[in-house]
Amino acid sequence: MSENNNKALIEVKNLKKYFDISVGLFRSKPLKAVDDVSFTINKGETLGLVGESGCGKTTVGRTLLNLYKPTSGEIWYDGKLISTPADIREFRKKATMVFQDPYSSLNPRMTVSDIIGEPLDIHKMYENKQEREDRILELMSHVGLNSEHASRYAHEFSGGQRQRIGIARALAVNPDFIVCDEPVSALDVSIQAQVINMFGELQEQLGLTYLFVAHDLLVVRHISNRIAVMYLGRMVELAEAGEIYDHPLHPYSQSLLSAVPVPDPKVARANKRIVLSGDIPSPLNAPSGCPFRTRCPHATEQCAMEMPPFKEVSKGHFVACYKVDEIN
Amino acid sequence: MNKKPLSLHVDVDKFIPATEQDKEYMVQMRPPSTFFKDGVKRLLKNKVATVSFFIIVIIALSSIFIPMFWPYSYETQLGVVPGKPVDSSYNNLKPFEYGETELARIEAGEKVFPHVFGTDSSGRDYFIRVVYGTRISLAVGFFASIIVLIVGMTIGSIAGYCGGKIDLIIMRIVDIIYSLPDTLMVILLSAVLGTVIDKAIQGTILEKIGTNIISLFIVFALLYWVSMSRLIRGQILSLREQEYVLASRAAGAKGKWIITKHLIPNCISVVIISTALQIPSAIFTESYLSFLGLGVNAPMPSLGSLASDALNGLASYPSRLVIPAIVISLIVLSLNLFGDGLRDAFDPKLNG
Repeated sequence: MSENNNKALIEVKNLKKYFDISVGLFRSKPLKAVDDVSFTINKGETLGLVGESGCGKTTVGRTLLNLYKPTSGEIWYDGKLISTPADIREFRKKATMVFQDPYSSLNPRMTVSDIIGEPLDIHKMYENKQEREDRILELMSHVGLNSEHASRYAHEFSGGQRQRIGIARALAVNPDFIVCDEPVSALDVSIQAQVINMFGELQEQLGLTYLFVAHDLLVVRHISNRIAVMYLGRMVELAEAGEIYDHPLHPYSQSLLSAVPVPDPKVARANKRIVLSGDIPSPLNAPSGCPFRTRCPHATEQCAMEMPPFKEVSKGHFVACYKVDEIN
Repeated sequence: MNKKPLSLHVDVDKFIPATEQDKEYMVQMRPPSTFFKDGVKRLLKNKVATVSFFIIVIIALSSIFIPMFWPYSYETQLGVVPGKPVDSSYNNLKPFEYGETELARIEAGEKVFPHVFGTDSSGRDYFIRVVYGTRISLAVGFFASIIVLIVGMTIGSIAGYCGGKIDLIIMRIVDIIYSLPDTLMVILLSAVLGTVIDKAIQGTILEKIGTNIISLFIVFALLYWVSMSRLIRGQILSLREQEYVLASRAAGAKGKWIITKHLIPNCISVVIISTALQIPSAIFTESYLSFLGLGVNAPMPSLGSLASDALNGLASYPSRLVIPAIVISLIVLSLNLFGDGLRDAFDPKLNG
């Protein structure tokens, strides 16, 4: 992949995650939630991951953290392969997660300080009570919470404050890498901006690396260095953020980006929207070859035969499509 | 800014931006309160539940403390004095009547403690027997519920959390136990266990409690945990899909940590409520088993065995059946009402 001068922190190689879905009484069928996805994330950068609902974005994030056991594929962290349970345990101190729903991701029976301190308790990362408390208060001030909120319960806070608690929890073990699983999609737009900016500030202060999963393309553009587009469990395009917005190459990315609302009505009228026909196929019966061929206006027989390779067409710009040259 | 006295212009001085302190002052948060405190507050507002709770407490305390100072004991036959013929005037006394020797002592100016509920057919003070019976019934109720709670919670949470094959096997066992007729099983088990336990407890303090009560506990532990474990399994099945459980796993937590820190605290209110409602049903079971002659060993009384003994002289001494029956009803009714109050106060689904 893109071997820049930056060092890769996370390397994902041919990651697959199939869920067994039972059909009928005794038979089960694999649901290919993530199918043969490879990418790297460099130290200190943010990789945005976009795609429509059900395309496997969240599964990539969770499988990456070994919350789901990968069906096959390798995950390398800082040059080391994560394989044994001991590796995973060490990895959990380096890689954490911020969740989508700030309401269900905080235990209603725990105080804020217990929620934030839980990862510290699990890894026994303090000598005494005082040290634990100091660390929790430090984390709370990092994310802009008052120290007097520590003894309160999560239900007493607004959505934005709850998400800050979730972020403080993710920061507790002093990680290098955070998977942000749609961390702002449950928030109001005004709060979204605050939280997004906070992610940016924390990245600068603490030198964090993010995998930022989202379906809001403008948010992703704002925060990401590079962006990956997924469709039906496959990665179809990966490029620098500016590059993918200005010159999307894959027909799916083109259609996805044409759907981004533009605030200026004159510009919006001038833009041509590419409307796809049909619905996204069920991942249980994914089409042969390129998963997008059933809705692609440029599909040919070749697309039905085999999955197009994910290849670099210009520097750092990867696309999985046979027809790239013809379309563009 | 100077303002003319009659000017209708708005006074600009009133519109200074608020300082940080002013803003801080405007933010109102109620004092931190725990889930438990809120629940107790709601419970105290419920008059029926509060009254029931006090009735239970009074009954429980009196069953513990009255035997300490009561001058009669539950097993002494007042008419039987060593070296003298049996004085049958003490048998079957009506409330507040006295035996012959006692009457003689009253004549002599001595004070004699009254037999508040009279005596039974063997000349034993009936009041203290009722108190002891209450003690036994309450003890059986509480301990049986605790056994059910521990067994049911352990098995239920394991089944719910592990899922898959373990869940399948445990739930089929639960189904089998459910399909057995309860009463028949209780009678059979207490009969079979009786002989085994008899030998095991000889000479220990447990002997006084009696084989039947211990086998009753075992029967409870073996049979009645199923509904508790089903309840907890159902709760945990829905709770373990919550994102905070995933968050805990992402932080590196193992099964035991997740069950004890996240899952059980979140279903504890349901557990407390169903335990509170389990107690009266245990008391009821103990009573009818004692009534059938499978309860405590004589001379130890229980409310059920007192009622059973009273059947013989029902026409002449109806109070002997009525008193234990009233006590059983009072205990069971107030526990049920209190349990309902607990559910209203603590079940989060009812109060949003």
